[in-house]
Amino acid sequence: MTKQAKAGTGYHIAVEKEGAEHWRLKLSGSVSSANSSRFLTDLTNYLSGGPVRDVTLDLGEISYFDSTAAAVIAQIRLRLEKQGSHVRLINVKPEIQGLFEILNLESLLSERDRLIEKGPSLIALLGGASLNFINDTRFTFAYLGDVTLALGYAFRYPNKVRWNDAFLYMERTGIEAVPIVLLISFLVGFIMAFQAAVQLRQFGADIFVANLVGLSIVRELGPLMTAIIVAGRSGTAFAAEIGTMKVSEEIDALKVMGLEPTRFLIIPKVLAALITVPTLTLMSDVVGISGGLVVGVVFLDLTPWGYILQTQRALDILDVFSGYFKSMVFALLISGVGCMRGLQVEGGAQGVGRSTTSAAVSGIFLIILYDALFTLMFNYVKW
Amino acid sequence: MGKTPIIQVRGLTAGYKGEVTLDNVNFDIYRGEIFIILGGSGCGKSTLLKNMIGLHDPYRGQVLIEGKDIVLAEGKRRLQILRKFGVLFQSSALLGSMTIAENIALPLQEYTSLPRETIDFLVRMKLNMVGLRGYEGYLPAELSGGMKKRAGIARAMALDPEILFLDEPSAGLDPVTSAGLDNLIVQFNASLGTTMVVVTHELPSIYSIAHRVIMLDKRAKNIIAEGGPVELRDKSDNPFVRNFFNRQVGEGLNV
Ligand SMILES: Nc1ncnc2c1ncn2[C@@H]1O[C@H](COP(=O)(O)OP(=O)(O)O)[C@@H](O)[C@H]1O
Ligand SMILES: [Mg+2]
Repeated sequence: MTKQAKAGTGYHIAVEKEGAEHWRLKLSGSVSSANSSRFLTDLTNYLSGGPVRDVTLDLGEISYFDSTAAAVIAQIRLRLEKQGSHVRLINVKPEIQGLFEILNLESLLSERDRLIEKGPSLIALLGGASLNFINDTRFTFAYLGDVTLALGYAFRYPNKVRWNDAFLYMERTGIEAVPIVLLISFLVGFIMAFQAAVQLRQFGADIFVANLVGLSIVRELGPLMTAIIVAGRSGTAFAAEIGTMKVSEEIDALKVMGLEPTRFLIIPKVLAALITVPTLTLMSDVVGISGGLVVGVVFLDLTPWGYILQTQRALDILDVFSGYFKSMVFALLISGVGCMRGLQVEGGAQGVGRSTTSAAVSGIFLIILYDALFTLMFNYVKW
Repeated sequence: MGKTPIIQVRGLTAGYKGEVTLDNVNFDIYRGEIFIILGGSGCGKSTLLKNMIGLHDPYRGQVLIEGKDIVLAEGKRRLQILRKFGVLFQSSALLGSMTIAENIALPLQEYTSLPRETIDFLVRMKLNMVGLRGYEGYLPAELSGGMKKRAGIARAMALDPEILFLDEPSAGLDPVTSAGLDNLIVQFNASLGTTMVVVTHELPSIYSIAHRVIMLDKRAKNIIAEGGPVELRDKSDNPFVRNFFNRQVGEGLNV
């Protein structure tokens, strides 16, 4: 059988008009995925003049023709035929004819498409294994470098970010976490106020419950609780998702298609966390304070307005800001560690399980470690 | 067939975690050839493929793609080499969170600026080609193993690559579909001149598609036979190799 030569760089289209009713387009050169979109635009332009009765496409001088080219031809043909033109392909070399045959274009063009009904869906479980400490450290540094570069790239070229994925993860890490974050924050605010009330009452300092609750929630517990909940819900999910992809060679497939897993998989998750975690934290602050307010009003006979005013007096904008800042760092830690544990998965199904456990443990550990560091640091710079 | 090597494997020593699975392997693959890699399971066929496509770095040796070392290539140069490849992984490796159509559209979106409509058409074309027309909206988890393989092949062929690597394409396929796939491989090779590197155990398919075969052995950690299938059947001086090629079609591989 004859084979096509290697793909060349260019093609040429010559139009011969035999009267207004019959056009002949002589195509020559090479059309492949590298230039097929230009080919489509060119052909569309040549043929945009209005309906012509007969269009002949002469492929005799084509030296290379791949399936993107075939798809372009097929589409042009479909469009012309819809306008009532009659399209003919002539001088099709055997090797191109062969390509048309494997691609089965005729049937694709003539029959209408029927989508096959779906059955019930299956759930696949997969997994990986472990790494030693030195490798872990080396991997961590390489990984941090990659993610930092990719984040920088994302900020410079925001249109290259897979925003659809990012929005999906915002929904999963953010919106879906709202009820649990609110519930826990409310309860913690309530419990703290209650315990404080018992003590402060002895000194007749009931109103300072508002200071205590407000400051602890906004500076520490709001960011901390939110981060821990997100680490448990989403850090683990990131690890499981990426780990599963690692085990099923999907990561390899991405790499060989030239798609960097960092940009493709990790950045959308990191960005989603960076946006949702601080937002959840602000909600947690508000609801935690209301937990305290309920105690103040019901058990300490304070007026709601009095409680709110006292909270306002206790809080500084810097308190809110420091909580917000912390929660952004927590977001990076949670998403970064979750994805990293996923990429580290090796071997079979247990690996994924282990990586999720490890994502939760190291995520929560890092959150608390950084929180301690921040507390010292903020104290030092008097924030 | 011109005898220009498109892939040259030179002194390749590779494996996982310090273990040597392939020891000093050398061979060439020529442009436009259908090249088969044979061998018992665990002998390192997939490892060899992963080293050839630059996903795994060898302990020693080189893999040259059109004369350029893929192990050393980085950044843009690496992408230029990868762009020539289409790969079907042994586990199909479709992206589980995307539909079959999205999986196949992915390389097309990434590497061409064709409009949505044309890409959709190409996706249907490729699915039609592997007999999966109508399954566009399915998730990979909703397909059988053999169907996933075929979708994986459609994705590997999406950009009409110069070199197609197929890791056990017919595993999990019934004989009829498997024969259809052989036909597809031969026709694709014939009309586009695609170089095919295929890992397979299926004797009938080897006879119907192979231009040249290498057989790997787990103990030797190397190639124990190289040549055309008929030549190996009739002339190999290794009785084990002759036996393998002389088995009745359909006996299954027990190496
Ligand atoms: N990801 C991996 N980690 C560690 N060892 C592996 C991995 N993949 C394969 N191996 C080992 O390498 C050897 C060759 O495996 P492989 O190349 O998959 O064989 P084949 O594809 O020929 O069946 C086997 O002994 C296997 O256990
Ligand atoms: Mg294998």
